[in-house]
Amino acid sequence: MGVTGSPTNIHQGTRTRGGIGESTLRPDGILKVTGEFAYSSDMWHEDMLWGHTLRSTVAHAEIVSIDTSEALATPGVHAVLTYDDLPTSVKNYGLEIQDTPVLAHGKARHHGEPVALVAADHPETARRAAAKIRIDYRELPVITDEASATAPDAILVHEGRSDHHAGHVPHPNIVHRQPIVRGDADAAAARADVIVSGEYVFGMQDQAFLGPESGLAVPAEDGGVDLYVATQWLHSDLRQIAPVLGLPEDKVRMTLSGVGGAFGGREDLSMQIHACLLALRTGKPVKIVYNRFESFFGHVHRHPAKLWYEHGATRDGKLTHMKCRIVLDGGAYASASPAVVGNASSLSVGPYVIDDVDIEAIALYTNNPPCGAMRGFGAVQACFAYEAQMDKLAAELGMDPVEFRQLNAMEQGTLLPTGQVVDSPAPVAELLRRVKARPLPPERQWEVAGEQADVRALPGGLSNTTHGEGVVRGIGYAVGLKNVGFSEGFDDYSTARVRMEIVGGEPVVTVHTAMAEVGQGGVTVHAQIARTELGVAQVTIHPADTQVGSAGSTSASRQTYVTGGAVKHSCEAVREKVLEIGRRKFGTYHPAWATAELLLEDGKVVTDGGEVLADLADVLEDEAVDIELEWRHRPTEAFDLRTGQGNGHVQYSFAAHRAVVEVDTELGLVKVIELACAQDVGKALNPLSVEGQIQGGTTQGLGVAVMEEIIVDPKTAKVRNPSFTDYLIPTILDTPTIPVDVLELADDHAPYGLRGIGEAPTLSSTPAVLAAIRNATGLELNRTPVRPEHLTGT
Amino acid sequence: MDFLRPASWEEALAAKAEHPTAVPIAGGTDVMVEINFDHRRPEYLLDLNRIGELSEWEVGQENVRLGASVPYSHIMEHLRAELPGLALASHTVASPQIRNRGGVGGNLGTASPAGDAHPALLAAGAEVEAESVRGTRMIPIDAFYTGVKRNALEPDELIRAVHIKKADGPQQYSKVGTRNAMVIAVCAFGLALHPETRTVRTGIGSAAPTPVRAKAAEEFLNAALEEGGFWDSRTIITPSIAAQFATLAAGACNPIDDVRGTASYRRHAVGIMARRTLGWTWESYRGNGRSTEGAA
Repeated sequence: MGVTGSPTNIHQGTRTRGGIGESTLRPDGILKVTGEFAYSSDMWHEDMLWGHTLRSTVAHAEIVSIDTSEALATPGVHAVLTYDDLPTSVKNYGLEIQDTPVLAHGKARHHGEPVALVAADHPETARRAAAKIRIDYRELPVITDEASATAPDAILVHEGRSDHHAGHVPHPNIVHRQPIVRGDADAAAARADVIVSGEYVFGMQDQAFLGPESGLAVPAEDGGVDLYVATQWLHSDLRQIAPVLGLPEDKVRMTLSGVGGAFGGREDLSMQIHACLLALRTGKPVKIVYNRFESFFGHVHRHPAKLWYEHGATRDGKLTHMKCRIVLDGGAYASASPAVVGNASSLSVGPYVIDDVDIEAIALYTNNPPCGAMRGFGAVQACFAYEAQMDKLAAELGMDPVEFRQLNAMEQGTLLPTGQVVDSPAPVAELLRRVKARPLPPERQWEVAGEQADVRALPGGLSNTTHGEGVVRGIGYAVGLKNVGFSEGFDDYSTARVRMEIVGGEPVVTVHTAMAEVGQGGVTVHAQIARTELGVAQVTIHPADTQVGSAGSTSASRQTYVTGGAVKHSCEAVREKVLEIGRRKFGTYHPAWATAELLLEDGKVVTDGGEVLADLADVLEDEAVDIELEWRHRPTEAFDLRTGQGNGHVQYSFAAHRAVVEVDTELGLVKVIELACAQDVGKALNPLSVEGQIQGGTTQGLGVAVMEEIIVDPKTAKVRNPSFTDYLIPTILDTPTIPVDVLELADDHAPYGLRGIGEAPTLSSTPAVLAAIRNATGLELNRTPVRPEHLTGT
Repeated sequence: MDFLRPASWEEALAAKAEHPTAVPIAGGTDVMVEINFDHRRPEYLLDLNRIGELSEWEVGQENVRLGASVPYSHIMEHLRAELPGLALASHTVASPQIRNRGGVGGNLGTASPAGDAHPALLAAGAEVEAESVRGTRMIPIDAFYTGVKRNALEPDELIRAVHIKKADGPQQYSKVGTRNAMVIAVCAFGLALHPETRTVRTGIGSAAPTPVRAKAAEEFLNAALEEGGFWDSRTIITPSIAAQFATLAAGACNPIDDVRGTASYRRHAVGIMARRTLGWTWESYRGNGRSTEGAA
């Protein structure tokens, strides 16, 4: 009896050196393509039960009563749990603010909030039993936007707030507010020759990861529980789960199982506590798998936002000032909203030099779906707005939009509005130059000599809506500014355990971290780092679990930097220890042991001159070197709550895009032909993975430019399109050619000089596409995603 | 939920007679989605996949008799000449995997206004071969769609085939969706020229409670083409005639605002598609085949 299917063991043995800088292949790549990879939803356990979550059908209501008797009486049902069954006084969880009830109590605050749990011997039985639970709701008016949230008589989404933001926010329905003031924006505005302003709207995007929330909780004989789950940060989950269960953390043993994408959507808990509660109550293993419909309610989304911006510039094209106000809709629970506010405000200036700014960002509590982390994290919404502003300013000044941006581009040494100096390369102007210098894709590619129009190259694609009629090409540019790593003073460390031993006469290295591999390729990169640092071909990546220290979150473009840094750090310690053993055993035989710079290469100890001193097999024999260490990047500081000043960020990341689109101006349909990207990555540890990240981020940005939006009914706050039938994501026919131009300008503060890469392309892709559509249509288009109605005025 | 698996057509008819609430399933394109979304929990599923003849077709003098389960991919590959409008419509259905499973019988059975085949069937002219243990009847396509997701079938009837008029002239099909593949229609338009009868027929999808023909537009165009001698002269249709046709086609819509699009956009788009498909088919009729079809 044991868990089958998960976790997938990854052995990355290779004859090649396979160190950093090589495009070694993903160890899980073939398994995923052939369908053999075990995802968390594939797990099975003998005698297991299936959990089902009953969710609120209304967005805001008092829960007057819950009657579970009929559900409990259903044959095959082993347990029905509500709030009253929670075992300890800890009944809430949350990433930063513990405001999210494990199960709704007294009140439902959003459509789809979990209210009750059922465990049964068949998923269909659990579903049917859940349908028999009778909940009496007394509906309340819904809070859906800033006006309804901050109205004098507004119902408080959370009464009696005591969190650490409660004291400084202007209204209890505001989660967090971060102003940033530097210079004198009003005085600078007086110097401006042109001033442009605009109001921008960013729709609610979903992470749309393909592997729905799922996991398996197995009760243990010691009273604890083993939880196998797809997540982004095992230790963050653990910190939130254990107190609710009333267990010490060492009795909640978590193992990462196969993760089918995350993009921020797995930072918050979904089924973790629920499955553990049911397992501990029934004494049986419990599996919970959301279906796609439920998944839309099972995780937070990207904050929809309203953004107001004003920029000024002199006639010769220098930015004078910027004022902005960013209102993010955080929905019913805080999730990552405070940190998203910090990002939105501190990155709202974009990659430009502006000395005089007046910035405010807030996140609201509403009865809309909770919003939190998603790739780009607050920087995405701002980039959409400030890049539209840059085009407006350039047009107003009669300047080329790229030259205008280059004239104002930030560079190494630039002082940000937070007072932080950008102290590593910031090649913003160069990235723009590179995408602009690319040859344009040929015009009218749908025309095939002597043949019918190739509709695949036209807006509408296979739907055959145009053979060239009404089609206008547009070109647009954008560039963005993203932070890397957790900011604002967070202790953003990682841990790596590295073991070297001799197996069958060959040195073997095992790397054990709690890093969640969510598809980003960390497992590939860790093995490369170990090979580079320890000169050993055979590297095994241990499954990620909580038996090793925290790796921090797989988010904020941070894992290669931080857990990669931790692996490097621990490898260095292992190398020192190995050399120490070598010196002890062989030091007397060769003076180089004491005098030369020593390296580990190809399973041997060599001098920097290349002389072989010993085989690792002879150095270690039956001894193993096993070291677990934490590693930290430079500390950051909190932003001042009134002025926003502070060295808040670890590192910055930049990407630029040029979008080429064909727009059917009569039908309002768009075909993105090409999305060229240039990005500085500091150091490409795995060039193929870098290209994949850039193409993926670019495509996710394209999605929210032209189709991806969770539509929430403003009257009921209910989600109208929780399915892939009506929440559309790009197909391969919507995905353009994505030429990628990678710069490697080292950041001296980071391991190997690398720069976090995963998010920056998601920022600039969206505004570049919007700019191209504006260029084709002449329309203002202050909203994303853009829909056919917006392009046709219907 | 009971799963009935008749081995023959006769068994299927008997099962449907015995269990009139049984939901027939072939490719499962619509039925499985409804079950997965929990929109529907039928008491019985009637699996038609063991009945091989439903996946066969015959090309006759006048018509193609298309078995209810002939997959869309077969229509695209084998019936492009006889049923060009339906072949184009088939190409817009979902993904390659679904086109390998789904067929026109399912589209008709569901009778969703968004079904991709309907505008092509309305434009070409077709009859649905419905059968029960009581006998067979042919239902004209114009009388088949009776309401939102309702059709003219009796509870004990199954769709055996659809008889579609072979093309006697150029046909076109356009569909607006908010992505370039694998999308449910925001609205769709089918148009067929019938030079033998000197008529034009149309079909509109997803812009009214049922699939509909734009009858006023057809009547206007038939009269204008006749009056102007266009069928004989094969000259370019006067832009004002095309514009009026488009306006009347848009007027035939009775759309709603929903999560996929607004009513006013649907009206607008149907007008554009009417004008374009008329242009493409007429160019083809004039002997300039270049833009007859999207080379999909």
